[in-house]
Amino acid sequence: MSTSNHETERNRERNSEATFGDYGGQYVPEALMPAVQELEDAYERYVLENEDGFMDEFRERMRDFGGRPTPLQRADRLSERYGREIYLKREDLVHGGAHKLNNALGQVLLAKYMGKERIVAETGAGQHGTATAMAAAHLDMPCEIYMGRTDVNRQRPNVYRMRMNGAEVNPVEAGSGTLKEAINETMRDWATTVETTHYVIGSIVGPHPFPKLVRDFQAVIGREARAQIQEQAGRLPDSVVACAGGGSNTMGTFHKFVPDEDVDLIAVEAGGSSLEIDAENAVAPNSATLSTGTDGVLHGAMTKLLQSEEGQIMESHSVSAGLDYAGVGPELSHLVETGRVTPVSVGDEAALNGFHRLSNLEGIIPALESSHALGFLEEAHEELGDLVVVNVSGRGDKDLETVLEETEKRDLEAAPDVEVFDS
Amino acid sequence: MSQEGTTDSDIEAAIRENHPALITYITAGDPSLEETKEYVEALDRGGSDLIELGLPFSEPIAEGPTIQAAINRALDAGTTPEGFFDLVDDLETEAPLLVMTYYNMILQYGSSEASRASESDAEPSNKPDVRPFVERGAEAGLSGIIVPDLPAEEADPLREACDDYGLDLVFIVAPTTEGERLDRIMSQVSGFAYVQARLGTTGARADVSGATHDSLARLSEYDVPKAVGFGVSEGDHAAEIIEAGADGVIVGSALIDLIASSDDPAAALEAKAEELKRGAIRGADDNAVESVGETAATSPSER
Repeated sequence: MSTSNHETERNRERNSEATFGDYGGQYVPEALMPAVQELEDAYERYVLENEDGFMDEFRERMRDFGGRPTPLQRADRLSERYGREIYLKREDLVHGGAHKLNNALGQVLLAKYMGKERIVAETGAGQHGTATAMAAAHLDMPCEIYMGRTDVNRQRPNVYRMRMNGAEVNPVEAGSGTLKEAINETMRDWATTVETTHYVIGSIVGPHPFPKLVRDFQAVIGREARAQIQEQAGRLPDSVVACAGGGSNTMGTFHKFVPDEDVDLIAVEAGGSSLEIDAENAVAPNSATLSTGTDGVLHGAMTKLLQSEEGQIMESHSVSAGLDYAGVGPELSHLVETGRVTPVSVGDEAALNGFHRLSNLEGIIPALESSHALGFLEEAHEELGDLVVVNVSGRGDKDLETVLEETEKRDLEAAPDVEVFDS
Repeated sequence: MSQEGTTDSDIEAAIRENHPALITYITAGDPSLEETKEYVEALDRGGSDLIELGLPFSEPIAEGPTIQAAINRALDAGTTPEGFFDLVDDLETEAPLLVMTYYNMILQYGSSEASRASESDAEPSNKPDVRPFVERGAEAGLSGIIVPDLPAEEADPLREACDDYGLDLVFIVAPTTEGERLDRIMSQVSGFAYVQARLGTTGARADVSGATHDSLARLSEYDVPKAVGFGVSEGDHAAEIIEAGADGVIVGSALIDLIASSDDPAAALEAKAEELKRGAIRGADDNAVESVGETAATSPSER
């Protein structure tokens, strides 16, 4: 068995690079392995070593096209309301209205450096799809987006945006027609076209090196915020709060703070309508993967998942489409397992109140995803110390229709009276 | 290097003794486990030398539309791993059986068993483990496992469990698999090498991919049986693939189509298996005719 032992040894060495503790890895079909390894090589050369000035060009384009750096803004009314200093990292001001461009532009540019000729990407609500379509138009790359049929129908404006930027949009009819089906279908496309095509994955999920690659493109959020808070408040914050679905804004915000052991890192998940699981119908009425999930393999990585005891992946639910995913980035699973990141969850109603409160008090309409972080602030501000940074991962214009509909169904304390229309 | 003639693998023996081999795939539970039992027996009668049974997983990223639909039907019918193993317990086929499933199904069979067993304990282990699945598979009489989302790099735990319980672990070789990675896979594979005929997903196609010939040429120096799948649907494909040097052909989607559309699926499956097996034998005969001259000049031990 000497060959086998030799292989085991070699795999162990490789695995320490491809994993975060027990999580991560490369659970993909054999046909994709050479492409994944080619991407590892490109990640090392261009991202880590700045070969051919790749990272310089990335930063320059994020400045000129993307509008970076984004401000860190003291939220005066929230600070007064909670009796502590609240600072908002304004990723809603990135071009396109969310942090998503940080990753999309980075990966499309990387694909160009790698000599790829075509981009594919999945999208759930359409935020990653629109960011990828913008980046592909900006860098003159052909682009195809896979989007579940249900999402296509309920996110029409984003479909138009992608089309206007020249991207093809392919509806995916399988399953519930949402994000995980879109990822499945994008992986199938990639397995067919892998020699010429790069898959721009939308979060810190997927096989190694995607979780690290996406994190490094998103880490600009925390790098800026960490410098800005020290300049503006004179010290590091007591807590950093970010919402978590797949986890790209979360990990992007946290990454540079991970070594600062006195800074609490809090990942706010979507509690949906309930944390209880409907085992019979294999449905989780939430997306609280870090809080309630169990270990398993999905979309190329070992991570925490919402799954049945038998291993079937559940349908997840949240009022916020961007948090609605049954998996989560393996690095976040690891940081939760080691205690460095604290997972919490906030339900649909608290998130809707968070949405209205920030809109009303600060003149900022946040994305429903980010509203979960703001909902948590309302519930637990007393535990967050005197100086708090909250990542506003995106703006909420895209969510207005959902918010109006969901607000009408409820008696929300923070909601305005919008009955100005003739009925 | 060579283990020819000394193998204790049922799968390798089934391929070598029945050369050229026909390997058939259907999804367990499509449309019900009772019907799957009938269909497996029909495939066995029709001349299958190995039968792959799919254990359905909700996110089948390597499958094309046909097998995705079969998996959905099986899941809708309530197919579970335990039901699957009960089916395998009941089957008495001449052809050895393999399970084809995704890695999470193997992992969770372990963890759910473990958590059930330790329900009374204060701290149940929530770390998934592949061994209970392999142990149960061996007990039910499975001869091997194929996992389309488990590359050789991640396969150590399953490889070790399969070695311990005497199951083969079949790896897929893709058109993109070359050089050092090909060596590594071929050093870990047991039973046979599953040669993926083309990039992309499973599904019946109208022709045999050119990539098949390239892949078989790359693999010719390795002394492991090679079977070609992805897109094979007719006896003529089988003939062409065997003629190109494969030891077996793998057919799945074309059979699923018959299950979904035929009035008498069992009879249709048996007839289709016969057609495919005849095609494979025709390909082997053509080879034998062509290589008569060569064999005279080159002794087999020199190849």
